[in-house]
Amino acid sequence: MAQVTVSVDRPGSHRLRRARSRVPVWHLLWVVLGALFFLVPIYSVVQFSLQGILPHQNEFHWYLTVFDDPNFRSAFWLSLQISLETVAASLVLMVPTVFWVHLRLPGLRPVMDLVSVLPFVVPPIVLIVGLAPFIKSLSIWLFVRPEVLSLIYVVFALPFMYRALDAGLRAIDLRTLTEAAESLGASLPRTLFRVIIPNLRAAIIGGSLLAVAISMGEFTVASLMGFGTFAVYTFNIGMSTAYEGVALTFISFLLVWGIMLGLYLLGRGGASAAGVAITDEKK
Amino acid sequence: MSVAEFAETELPPDVVVGDVPRKRSHTRRWAFLGMVPFAAFITIFLLIPTGEIIVGAFRTVNGAFTLSNIRDIFQAPYPAAFEFSVELSALSALIGGIFGFLLANAILHHGVPRWIRPAYISFSGMAANFAGVPLAFAYGATLGSLGVVTVLLKHLGLNLYPTFSLQGLCGAALVYAYFQFPLMILLMVPVIEGLRTEWRESASNLGASAFTFWRHIGLPIITPSLLGLMVLLFGNALSAYATAEALGISNLVTIDIAELVDGNMALDPQDAYALALGMIVIIFVTITIYSLLQRRTSRWLR
Repeated sequence: MAQVTVSVDRPGSHRLRRARSRVPVWHLLWVVLGALFFLVPIYSVVQFSLQGILPHQNEFHWYLTVFDDPNFRSAFWLSLQISLETVAASLVLMVPTVFWVHLRLPGLRPVMDLVSVLPFVVPPIVLIVGLAPFIKSLSIWLFVRPEVLSLIYVVFALPFMYRALDAGLRAIDLRTLTEAAESLGASLPRTLFRVIIPNLRAAIIGGSLLAVAISMGEFTVASLMGFGTFAVYTFNIGMSTAYEGVALTFISFLLVWGIMLGLYLLGRGGASAAGVAITDEKK
Repeated sequence: MSVAEFAETELPPDVVVGDVPRKRSHTRRWAFLGMVPFAAFITIFLLIPTGEIIVGAFRTVNGAFTLSNIRDIFQAPYPAAFEFSVELSALSALIGGIFGFLLANAILHHGVPRWIRPAYISFSGMAANFAGVPLAFAYGATLGSLGVVTVLLKHLGLNLYPTFSLQGLCGAALVYAYFQFPLMILLMVPVIEGLRTEWRESASNLGASAFTFWRHIGLPIITPSLLGLMVLLFGNALSAYATAEALGISNLVTIDIAELVDGNMALDPQDAYALALGMIVIIFVTITIYSLLQRRTSRWLR
C-alpha cells in the first residue's frame, strides 16, 4: 500500500515517512538529555550570580561590583592587550610561512601538518616546565614582561592559525594569482600584501578570533608565570567571593559566545568571500 | 625532443645539462631560507623546552647526572596522582565518548528535527573550547555545596552531600565531560556520516533492523575510530590543569607539576621535570595508540 503512494520525484519520501512514524524515541531522548547537560550549568551560573544579594542592593550587584573593581579593568585590559599582540605575532609568523610553503615548498606540507599539531599534543603545563627556565636564562627582561605570554600563546594558537590559513590557501588558486601578479610586475612581498592577504581575509579573521579566544581564557601559563590576566583575576576573585567569581564566569561565557558567533557568521560569509577568490578551479 | 634540439642549437650542450639542475637546487636552497623564522620559533618555543624536560629529568639542581628524580616520581605522593589522573581521564573519556557517540548518532538520524543538528554542532564547537576556570566555577554554581541544582535537589529531599563531591572521581569526570562530550560530537559526526547510506540501505533491504545493522555492520566498522577518538579524549583530559586547579582537586599530576614550578621550596624542583617527562611518555603512548587505530579506521571509512 505504502509503495503505491510513493511519488516518482521524491524517491526518499516513503522511507522517510516510515522512519518518522516509527518515532526515534531514543534519539529524541538523547537530544533532550544532551541539551539539559549543556544548559543546566549555564542556567545555574545566571541564577547563582543573582543570589547572595541584600534586599536593598541591585539585582545585578555582583556584576556591578566586578565592573567597579579597577583590578578587573586592568586584568581585562592586560588580557586584551596580550590577545592582540598574540594575533599580531602569529600573523606575522604564520602568514608568510604558510604562503611560502604553499608556493615554493609544497613538499613540506606534511611536515607542517605534523608540527602544527604538536602544541595540541604537548600540554601547556608540561611545556612551561621546560620553557620558563629557558626563557629566563635567555633574557630576564623578557621573562618578566607580559609580552612573553603573547609569544607563548602564539604556540597555543599555532594549530588553529595554521589550519585556518592552510584551508584558506587551499581554497584559492595561489599559483595563478601569484603568476598573474608577477607578470604584471609585482614583487613577491607586494603580491603577498596586495593579492594574497586580501583573498585570505576570512581565514585570517577566523584564525585571529580563535587566537583571541585562547589568549583571553588562558590560565595555566599566566598564573605560573605570575601575570594578573583576566583568567587569573577570575580565579583569584572566585577563591574569595564565589558570587563574584560566578558573575565573572558568565562574562567569560559571553566573551566566548561572542567570539564563536563571530566565527559562525564568518563561516557563513566566508564561503562567499572565498568564492570571489577562486578564479579557476580546474586543478 | 624539439626543445632539446632548440636548446642545442642555441646554447652549448654542457651549459644546458649542467646549469638547469644547479639553478633549481640553488633556488630550493633559497626557498628553505624562508622557513628560518618559523623553524627558529618552533625550536625555541617547542623543541628546546621539550629537550630541557628530558635532560632536566636526569639532572640534579647542579647539573650532574642522576636517576633520583625518576625514582622520586615512583614514590608518594606521585603514584597516587598518576593513578587519579589516569582514572579521571579514562572515566571522562568514556563518559564523553559514549554519550558523544550516541548524541552524534541521534542528531544525524533523519527522524530528528532538522534544526537540531546545526544548533548542536555550533554549541559543541563553543563548549569544547570552554575548559578552564569558568567551567569549574560554573559547576560550582550548579553542583557545589550551595549550587543551584544541589539546593533544588535538597528541596526535593535528595541530599547530594556529603556523598558527592566535585573533587571526587565522579564529580570531576562530570565536569570534564562538559568539554569532552561536545568534542566527541564534533569528531564523531563526520565518522558516522562516513558510514555509507548504501550499506544501511542494503542491510535494511535484506531485512535488518536498525539494531542488527549497528551490531553487524555499523559498530564493527566504527569501533576503531570510536576507540581512537576516546584515546584522544583521554589525552585531552590528562593535560587539563586550569579546570582541576579551579575545582580544587589536589592529587593530580598537572597540579603537582604546577606546585613544583610555582616554587614550593619543601619539594625538589627537579621532580617537575621528571613528572613532565612522565606526562610526555603517557601522551606519546596515547598518540601512538590513536594513530594505530586511525590507520585501521581509514581502511573502511572515506
